[in-house]
Amino acid sequence: MDLPLTWAAIILFGIMMYVVLDGFDLGLGILYPFFKTKDERDVIMNTVAPVWDGNETWLVLGGAGLLAAFPLAYAVILSALSLPLILVLLALVLRGVAFEFRFKAHEHERHFWDKAFIGGSIAATFFQGVVLGAYIRGIPVAGHAYSGGPLDWISPFSLFTGIGLLVTYALLGSTWLIMKTEGALQLRAYWLTRWLTWKLLAVIVVVSVWTPLADAAIAERWFSLPNLLWFSPVPLLVAASAWSLLRSVSRKAQALPFLSTLALVFLGYSGLGISLWPNIVPPTISIWQASSPPESQEFTLIGTLFIIPIILAYTVWSYYVFRGKVKPGQGYH
Amino acid sequence: MFELTALDLARTQFGFTIAFHIVFPAITIGLASYLAVLEACWLRTQRQLYRDLYQFWVKAFALNFGMGVVSGLVMAYQFGTNWSPFSEFAGSIIGPLLAYEVLTAFFLEAGFLGVMLFGWKRVGPSLHFLATVMVALGTLISATWILASGSWMQTPQGYRIVAGRAIPTDWLQVIFNPSFPYRLAHMCVAAFLATALMVGASAAWHLLRGNDQPAIRKMLSMSLWMLVLVAPLQLLIGDLHGLNTLEHQPAKIAAIEGHWENSGGSGEPLILFGLPDMAREETRFAVAIPHLGSLILTHSWNGPLPALKEFAPQDRPNSTVVFWSFRVMVGLGFMMIALGLWSVWLRWRGTLGHCRPFLHLLLWMGPSGLVALIAGWLTTEIGRQPWAIYGLLRTADAVSAHGALQMSFTLLLFVLVYVLVFGMGIVYLLRLIRTGPVPLSTAPEHP
Ligand code: HDD
Ligand code: HEM
Ligand code: HEM
Repeated sequence: MDLPLTWAAIILFGIMMYVVLDGFDLGLGILYPFFKTKDERDVIMNTVAPVWDGNETWLVLGGAGLLAAFPLAYAVILSALSLPLILVLLALVLRGVAFEFRFKAHEHERHFWDKAFIGGSIAATFFQGVVLGAYIRGIPVAGHAYSGGPLDWISPFSLFTGIGLLVTYALLGSTWLIMKTEGALQLRAYWLTRWLTWKLLAVIVVVSVWTPLADAAIAERWFSLPNLLWFSPVPLLVAASAWSLLRSVSRKAQALPFLSTLALVFLGYSGLGISLWPNIVPPTISIWQASSPPESQEFTLIGTLFIIPIILAYTVWSYYVFRGKVKPGQGYH
Repeated sequence: MFELTALDLARTQFGFTIAFHIVFPAITIGLASYLAVLEACWLRTQRQLYRDLYQFWVKAFALNFGMGVVSGLVMAYQFGTNWSPFSEFAGSIIGPLLAYEVLTAFFLEAGFLGVMLFGWKRVGPSLHFLATVMVALGTLISATWILASGSWMQTPQGYRIVAGRAIPTDWLQVIFNPSFPYRLAHMCVAAFLATALMVGASAAWHLLRGNDQPAIRKMLSMSLWMLVLVAPLQLLIGDLHGLNTLEHQPAKIAAIEGHWENSGGSGEPLILFGLPDMAREETRFAVAIPHLGSLILTHSWNGPLPALKEFAPQDRPNSTVVFWSFRVMVGLGFMMIALGLWSVWLRWRGTLGHCRPFLHLLLWMGPSGLVALIAGWLTTEIGRQPWAIYGLLRTADAVSAHGALQMSFTLLLFVLVYVLVFGMGIVYLLRLIRTGPVPLSTAPEHP
């Protein structure tokens, strides 16, 4: 078995889980300003309160997995993107505590934690997107260390991917709300979903045009034969998922909008993987060059392959326990 | 701020963020086990009082847990952002340990936390109890892995160096490195002590205000039993831990003792108080007991101790700091033992809940567990300097090549956000404790 390859797959899976799971709960924070009353906001919070911690744990797994399997990549990427990453972390601090603080605060303090939830969610998402954009554009390396400046991550492209991720997470959030709520709140979520879908399609188109234009190697990857044939289903599937999303919204389906959005996100994510493969620090360091020794990768792999199914099982169980619509006044607070 | 180097700033940032973080895990570890015990008592006896106490402390637990998670998230990424040469050098060893911590502990805590906090109406009592136990277990598993990696940095073994990186050769040796068992036991007991003192102080606060309910008496009694049992245990473990350090990190012991040179066979004193001066190479104003140092550390009347002058000046840890942080910890440890003894005497007299001087002292000792815990970590980590990984990687070579401006900026951000967020969090925690446990009959409808 090719250990580095297996590890790259595991880390991609972990980050994918993170994007999907924390994506919808960050999305709720982004959409919070559209819901003004305390009751609505309580319901929204209570749709994720039992699960948000687990969602964030996938981010920790991404970090720890990267350190374990590709220490060089962990060192280079994190120090290159140190500033935006620290902003992501601090934003996550602000929004993470809001879940509990909101319910513990006095009446006149609550608005502060509502704002922290909104601001933290937006900032965490935006800077995650910026990190993604800067990562795609590549990280200059000399020897074993990052060789760029502290602000190299700022570029029109990375700012755009920041906005793109805001739209993506917001859409995950609005379709999650469709699934978990009812009544007026749900109607507003339907409306938001329709509006956000078009925005997300626009983002996908722009990124798909921009990336190959900016990077000849990526263009080569996609548009040479036979790759073109292999990859052509990706855009077709994107169109199909978007269509399913819009149709399920107009038919007022409950779960299908969320599932279609998941498909969209998954496809966008695969597209990205195709573009960057097999580099872990684009454009120069491949997964094989960044690997930790087999002793480390093997030791960690045994546990990972054994434990991840168990984690998935109890995570599913926990979602199952909290299945169904959330009604006002529920929750333990 | 600008005369500080990027290295100083990175160290300050690490120390600041971990010192905030460790406060929350310590309480999380203690409260999770306490809640599991309360729920077990409730299931066995069906006494409503236990359920009321559970409902009370679980709210504090949730609040504290949230702060532990977000401050821990920062730690997991800080190795890469600020200490990238460290990550590259030791990632193959530290990384798998952290990965196992995530897989076996963090997911377990997170997966069952939802049911523990919100699941009373959705699952049966035994499943709910299972969830509480799983969360408590998760906190202890988490401590095990993180302390394995922290101890490996103090007493590394089971590795070889290849092309400038540490490569694991024997995982059992890596995990069960010489200082690990002591550190794990000492830390878990510290978490239990810190929690017991917090719970006990809350009970004392209510009793002093005349809020004398059976549930609050119960809280007082349970926390003091814990104190009586584990405070002396901590002294024992701490002593063994010190002997282990003597064997593996003699320079640290010399710094802790403020001991500069040996007298040449006529026995070494124990310096109780004094001011170790790194520049003058002496401990000023020393108040010392002859021979006691030799007696404690070598169990002989005249045994020599490690002395700071035996180490090159650039290899000496800062004795001024660790001398005092160590004394704060041990001093508080002895006070806890004394408090425990007093409580036994009052219990025997039957006046535990009324003795106001005792309750006042207990109230004031509320934060002492956390203070001792942080003082202990400062001793351990600053005593390891100038090494990040003892004997292998110097702290100065472990730091990322960021400028001082960038490091000052991020440090400032951390200080602002942490003080605001965790400061408010602690206010909310105290407010919660002030409301006290509410008997179910008078409580608003509870899930
Ligand atoms: C003795 C125990 C202990 C120590 C020394 C540390 N932690 Fe911690 N940590 C815990 C005990 C703990 C815990 C009890 O498992 C926490 C605290 C509250 C919580 O929610 O879990 C936690 C939370 C926590 C989380 C969030 C987990 C989640 O998403 O649920 C992360 C990423 C870290 N820690 C990482 C670290 C790192 C990188 C440390 C060292 C530099 C560190 N912790 C020291
Ligand atoms: C939880 C309790 C802990 C506390 C309170 C703590 C405290 C500290 C402090 C105060 C420093 C700064 C020392 C100095 O530069 O003078 C430090 C440094 C450091 N610690 Fe710890 N630490 C803890 C646990 C850990 C663990 C478990 C690890 C490893 C997994 C760790 C890894 C480090 C590293 C990498 C540094 C930076 C390098 C250095 O300055 O030596 N720490 N810690
Ligand atoms: C009562 C007598 C005590 C003794 C003799 C003692 C001894 C020690 C020693 C020798 C160390 C340094 C370990 C090293 O060399 O790296 C240490 C560290 C530490 N102590 Fe204590 N200790 C005592 C009480 C306490 C108390 C009451 C607490 C907290 C409630 C505490 C918490 C800690 C912690 C958190 C550390 C750092 C982690 C570690 O290295 O285990 N100690 N202690």
